[in-house]
Amino acid sequence: MSDTILADKPVRTYRDYGRPLWRRILLTHEMAIIGLLVLVYIVAYVSVPGFAGPLTIQYLLPNVAAVLLIALPMTLIIVTGEIDLSVASTAGLAGVAFGIANNAGLGVGVALVVALLVGVAAGAVNGFFITVVGLPSLAVTIGTLALFRGLAVGLVGTDRIGDFPAEMRSLVLDRIPGTPIPNIIVLFVVLALVFALVLHFTPAGRGIFAIGLSSEAARFSGVRIERTKFLLFVVSGLVSAVAGIYYALKTNVSLADNTAGLELSVIAAVLLGGVSIFGGRGALHGVIAGVLLIGFVGSALRLAGLTSDVISIVTGVLLVASVVATSFLAWLRVKRVVPGGKKGSPGPV
Amino acid sequence: MNPVLQRLTRFVTARETGILLALVIVVAITTIVNPRFLFSGDGFRDLLLTPSILLLVAVGQAIVIITRNVDLSVGSVLGLSAYLTGRVFIDLPWLPWPAVFLIGILFGGLLGLLNGALVAFAKVPSLVITLGTLYAFRGINVLWTGSDRINASDMPTDFLALGTSALAGIPYLTILAIVVLVIAGWFLRTQRAGRELYAIGSDPSAAHLYGLKVTQRTLAAFVVCGALAGLGGVLYAARYGTVNSQAGSGWELDAVGAAVIGGVAIFGGSGTVWGAAIGAYLLLTISRALPVVGVPDFWQGAVVGALILGAIVLDRLLALRTARRLRDVHARERKEVTS
Repeated sequence: MSDTILADKPVRTYRDYGRPLWRRILLTHEMAIIGLLVLVYIVAYVSVPGFAGPLTIQYLLPNVAAVLLIALPMTLIIVTGEIDLSVASTAGLAGVAFGIANNAGLGVGVALVVALLVGVAAGAVNGFFITVVGLPSLAVTIGTLALFRGLAVGLVGTDRIGDFPAEMRSLVLDRIPGTPIPNIIVLFVVLALVFALVLHFTPAGRGIFAIGLSSEAARFSGVRIERTKFLLFVVSGLVSAVAGIYYALKTNVSLADNTAGLELSVIAAVLLGGVSIFGGRGALHGVIAGVLLIGFVGSALRLAGLTSDVISIVTGVLLVASVVATSFLAWLRVKRVVPGGKKGSPGPV
Repeated sequence: MNPVLQRLTRFVTARETGILLALVIVVAITTIVNPRFLFSGDGFRDLLLTPSILLLVAVGQAIVIITRNVDLSVGSVLGLSAYLTGRVFIDLPWLPWPAVFLIGILFGGLLGLLNGALVAFAKVPSLVITLGTLYAFRGINVLWTGSDRINASDMPTDFLALGTSALAGIPYLTILAIVVLVIAGWFLRTQRAGRELYAIGSDPSAAHLYGLKVTQRTLAAFVVCGALAGLGGVLYAARYGTVNSQAGSGWELDAVGAAVIGGVAIFGGSGTVWGAAIGAYLLLTISRALPVVGVPDFWQGAVVGALILGAIVLDRLLALRTARRLRDVHARERKEVTS
């Protein structure tokens, strides 16, 4: 997967470090997305009636919280060159487990633990097939996408399990006094800081990038590839379970199809945020901006009177445009650096 | 070795035969539990009919996966094409109804061309591009359809009859699907362009260095995949009679699942459309068989997931065995040379 794009990689790296620091920080995909986010916000603030009020953020944040949460481990997984398509199904299954355990009278604390353990187990299943058996994550997680969702549907069918304790719901959903920000965002910010620290400021994080750039080289420099990937999938399962519990609490019901299809929103946002699907490239601030960009465009369009279907067109076009633009810029750069240069080989998958 | 025996051995050891066997076992067990599953007019018809449209989409998907790409937008293409079919009947009633097939195929092919062009020229991974077009096409569909719905009464009865009726016990849809399957299977196995798809999927860089037209072939694979999804959309309208804005949503995973179950390697270069076709039959037949054998149909999804995982683990084991055997053969040859 990664070997075919090696052709233009050295060129990119030299240029990156030949540029002054401010350009390296400001002229990046991440900054472009953040800039776009600010632009969209300002334009909507000025031109869309009703967008300026605090209600916009009050509605937006609870809706994107699940995507924001799952986007964190997804970023790390995609940076290693793998993918996890099963996150939404894991979230759904954990939400269902939470509902069943709560309904059985085990108490909300036990229900939480059960749901989180379900998430960890789901992640461990993915990790086992990917790192121990050595199967491609794309195929494995398509399988577990169907499997975990199937288990959730099998467990509850079309029942509606709900009525979570009001204290529990308000703990998550109440807003921080004086702000339009719900409490779940506090949890997200804490997690985001942890993930950003690990990814960008620790040897483990460098190892994650190294795996994505060249698995072979990472192995020879002592990165424990299998262990790292296994842990990432377990973390992905755990955070997905948190998102699933949150979703169940927010809607006050554990349905079998809770969060169905969310994996695509998460991956779209992560890729829009500048993470390379080939692995080895990406940063969390871009990803968070990507999630918020899709969210803000959505609420601006909705307030402007357009129906929600336009949002999926915008999501799709933004995603395609952002990757095509990146690819085009890389091509231009190669052309400039290597006179008459041409990208050698075509990019697969 | 005698050529008949050789051919027989090859058939028995083929990856597709295992899946076919699984399909036969599923049908056999279900029929023992309830003979009407196979031995009734409706049972036999449904057995053949239900997976036919997915078969077409899975064949297209397999062709794309063989080139080491993936097309996640097939469900959205199918939905758009199905709605377009209904619109054509409503807005252009003077058009002879077989023309909708041509329109559907061309329309699907055009959307496939868009996917293919973005993948082949912009050199962006197909997973990303088709994830984007999955959203975009579905959004356009919802925007276009709104809360509208195409009903059976909007379409000619001849056309609708095609979706459910049969020729000598075999549904027309199945015959059509099998014809497409045979052509695709023959092309991939014997034609130069077909073999090149495998070469590209095995190693895109090597294929490029060798001088194969990688861009052109990748583009063609996406066009064929889109065209088959477009055809699937027309047949969807004929088969189900009602089309809303969500027609075909989620089919991308069924199609990829069918191909993977059928032994098409997700990273390209190996597998056949025959396998994908049998995979499609197995996937949907198991779903229909579960309630018959007393498993609540809520568990379908779980079984399908387990099936996909089982299939890829099996492929991995088979690949390891082949690699070991090849190594042994090499070692023996080397020994013979040195001695």
